[in-house]
Amino acid sequence: MKLYISESAKLEKNIVVDDMILTTNMPTSAGSKMLDGYISLFDAEVVTRLRSQNYTVFAKSNTGEMGIDFLGETSYYGVCIDENENVVNALAQSIKTKDSMAGIALEVNGSASRAAALSGLTFVKPTYGTVSRFGTIASACSGETVGVMAENAKICEEILEKISGHDDKDGTSLPQELCEKAKIVSSIKKIAIAKSLMKNISDGTKNAISLVIDKLKSQGIEIVEIDAEELLLAKPAWNILMSAEVCNNVSRYDGVKYGYRSPNYTTIDELYTNSRTEAFGYLLKSTILYGSEVLSNEKYMKVYDKSLRIRRVIKDYFDNKFDEFDAILAPVCSKMFYTFDEVNSNIYLAYEESVYTAPSSITGLPVVVSNGVQFIGKALSEGSLLALAEKLEGDKK
Amino acid sequence: MKYETVIGLEVHVELSTESKIFCSCSAKFGGEQNEHVCPACCGMPGMLPIVNKHVIDLGMTAGMMLNCDINRVTTFDKKNYYYPDLPGAYQTTQWFAPICVNGFLEIETSKGKKQIRIKQIHMEEDAGKLVHDDWTDTTLVDFNRTSVPLIEIVSQPDLSSAEDAIAYLERLRELLRFAKVSDCRWEQGSMRCDVNLSIRPEGSDVLGVRTEMKNMNSLSAIKRAIEYEIARHTDALEKGTEKLVQETRRWDDTKGKSFAMRNKETAGDYRYFPDPNVMPIVIDDKWFNDIKESIPLFPEIKKANYINEIGLSEYDAEQISSSRALCDVFDAAYAECGMAKETANWIITDCMNILNKKQETADMLTVNGKSLGQLIKLVSEDKVSRGNAKRILAVMFNDNINPEKYAKENGFIVSNDIGAIEEIIKNVINADSKSVSDFKNGKEKALMALFGKCMKELKGNCNPQVLREILIDNINKI
Repeated sequence: MKLYISESAKLEKNIVVDDMILTTNMPTSAGSKMLDGYISLFDAEVVTRLRSQNYTVFAKSNTGEMGIDFLGETSYYGVCIDENENVVNALAQSIKTKDSMAGIALEVNGSASRAAALSGLTFVKPTYGTVSRFGTIASACSGETVGVMAENAKICEEILEKISGHDDKDGTSLPQELCEKAKIVSSIKKIAIAKSLMKNISDGTKNAISLVIDKLKSQGIEIVEIDAEELLLAKPAWNILMSAEVCNNVSRYDGVKYGYRSPNYTTIDELYTNSRTEAFGYLLKSTILYGSEVLSNEKYMKVYDKSLRIRRVIKDYFDNKFDEFDAILAPVCSKMFYTFDEVNSNIYLAYEESVYTAPSSITGLPVVVSNGVQFIGKALSEGSLLALAEKLEGDKK
Repeated sequence: MKYETVIGLEVHVELSTESKIFCSCSAKFGGEQNEHVCPACCGMPGMLPIVNKHVIDLGMTAGMMLNCDINRVTTFDKKNYYYPDLPGAYQTTQWFAPICVNGFLEIETSKGKKQIRIKQIHMEEDAGKLVHDDWTDTTLVDFNRTSVPLIEIVSQPDLSSAEDAIAYLERLRELLRFAKVSDCRWEQGSMRCDVNLSIRPEGSDVLGVRTEMKNMNSLSAIKRAIEYEIARHTDALEKGTEKLVQETRRWDDTKGKSFAMRNKETAGDYRYFPDPNVMPIVIDDKWFNDIKESIPLFPEIKKANYINEIGLSEYDAEQISSSRALCDVFDAAYAECGMAKETANWIITDCMNILNKKQETADMLTVNGKSLGQLIKLVSEDKVSRGNAKRILAVMFNDNINPEKYAKENGFIVSNDIGAIEEIIKNVINADSKSVSDFKNGKEKALMALFGKCMKELKGNCNPQVLREILIDNINKI
């Protein structure tokens, strides 16, 4: 696990941020050899806001390259595993060991949600646009969101309150009044289970979901089932959009201005090719190739534009369905744990498992992960989702 | 067989904004290398684009000057390609919904008037500059120009000769300068042109093989390049000197020839896609109307109005309407003082004199027109002498002053106190009895010397006619 500890570290109010979030006093590398040792000239807006409110952003945690992998396993700095040889996430681990009271993660393709679910922590991915993305390393801009992970929903709520709000430096930032609206708590009375997302899950995950359902019922919350076949479209569509955006966003890492430059070149083409070949990892390279292809003249309308339309279909689906119930309950991963071998041998793992997280990634809807499951809510309902999680977690004790 | 030429032009114009399109860096021309840069415009991770509203204003203005339809919802897209002067390895441009479409520009040539259709105008960011250092044999990058806002004006292939193209470019430049969209300086690269050209048998409606010459930066080069290409295409078709292929060519103005560029540089799939960091820009009615109202009359209409409505001479009207800055100052000053001929004189002679001394052009006239009008009024009412008014004008170039207040505070108000004037005259006469006797002996020049001394004592604050009369009176009394 890579952990840079700054000198001003205090023991209380310690916040760890992942390697996608820029800091001026610690390197930010996005888990890539390309940005190994890169020090930003400015802090991310979330970091500035936390510091101005007397939190100590004291450490950086390991991230998968450009934040697009399963759990952080594609980092240039290596993978993090526990005593049972299961892959764990560095950010989650830092919270579990109580080094940090909370962690800030840029959620691109579900890795932070998975980290929280697999470690029994709480994670909130707020509505897209309520937390500034200024100073986060761009990966898949149209869906990536800054989220908060902590031991429980109460801490998540506390920290989220400190970092959310309009920011003039982010053109996609929502107006302040909408950011305020996201804090309002209204009670959740009816939750739907998406049947389409309940297939192919392990018994352990099934049990976790049953337990949560029982708790919800005991609190008088009505549970309904929906087919939600539409949500299965999110995985391919989001991965197409994400690949294209990642491909575009990482093209700035060309070895010319900063970052890794290959010593082996005589022409500008060789400088580009060798620097990128030597510095990027396998998953990122595949994503770049895939992203280039879906944007090509030949594929744009057939693939990319269609994915944009699917995004609209899924958004409309959610908009209509949220008249019938308040939130959707779904698994975050298909299993309760993943061994190093499993993760290492399956390059499609992040893609396969994104079936659970893509519906919210592609729409920017808020998600709260708690008790190993996720609740997807309507836009600006994260306050209500966190209150629900708080109640569920209270039951635990 | 007779051939006809088909030309379409893509003109890049750098907009006259203070800052760049997506960050607050200065967009000014020049400066030390990499002086006008920030993390955003040199492609560092973590910065997000914030659209400069003035760019949209100028985009709309250009469209309205060229009779375009304005897309009320306009979006930015990313164009991907690698080049060291492009720090993000993409250019933010408009591909799917450009701000203006379907316009036209009327040109006048020896063959008469003709409308050239404008296909679209889109906004985009400029790239940086590569500087080759021969001493170390390295190439360095200067990012001062990256993200400077541009518009690209794409014409339909309606031009049919070098003369047409030049007329189109000159008229375009005139209108864009007049609307303050751009200073359109070829020599500074704030106006550049790509020429698409093909030829076909006269009357045919099938287009021939098209070649493109990129980044042309002077009218004379464009004229010569077009003439050269027409000859080359004609030879290829008539004499079979070569087989024409669709390609990008580079014009070498010194050699007077065009050369094919490597194929690799021309074949491109730019993988355009919508920029997710820039929300679609919605132009509401108020915004649209505000810009519509700010659109100036065309210069020739302005000129005609000056002649027909307020009686300026042909020469004066021509001078004033040659520059938007002069028109603006004239209109404001005229509205204040109501004296057309006087106002024109002050601008054409006195203001231009000061500008010339500062080695500035008419476009750089920033004097407050209303104040100029007040100054002209003061002179016409004999409150301030013309000489002193010129001094006040020079001050007005640097500070926004109220001329009357300034004149009072600095003793520039013409004195009507005859007693005080006589007092000074007496002193001058007593001190210079030689000049007095010279004048009495018929030397007219001696009067001028005495007159000058009096005027100096009075700090010019006297009607010269009045001073002269009193002076002669007093001398005769001796």
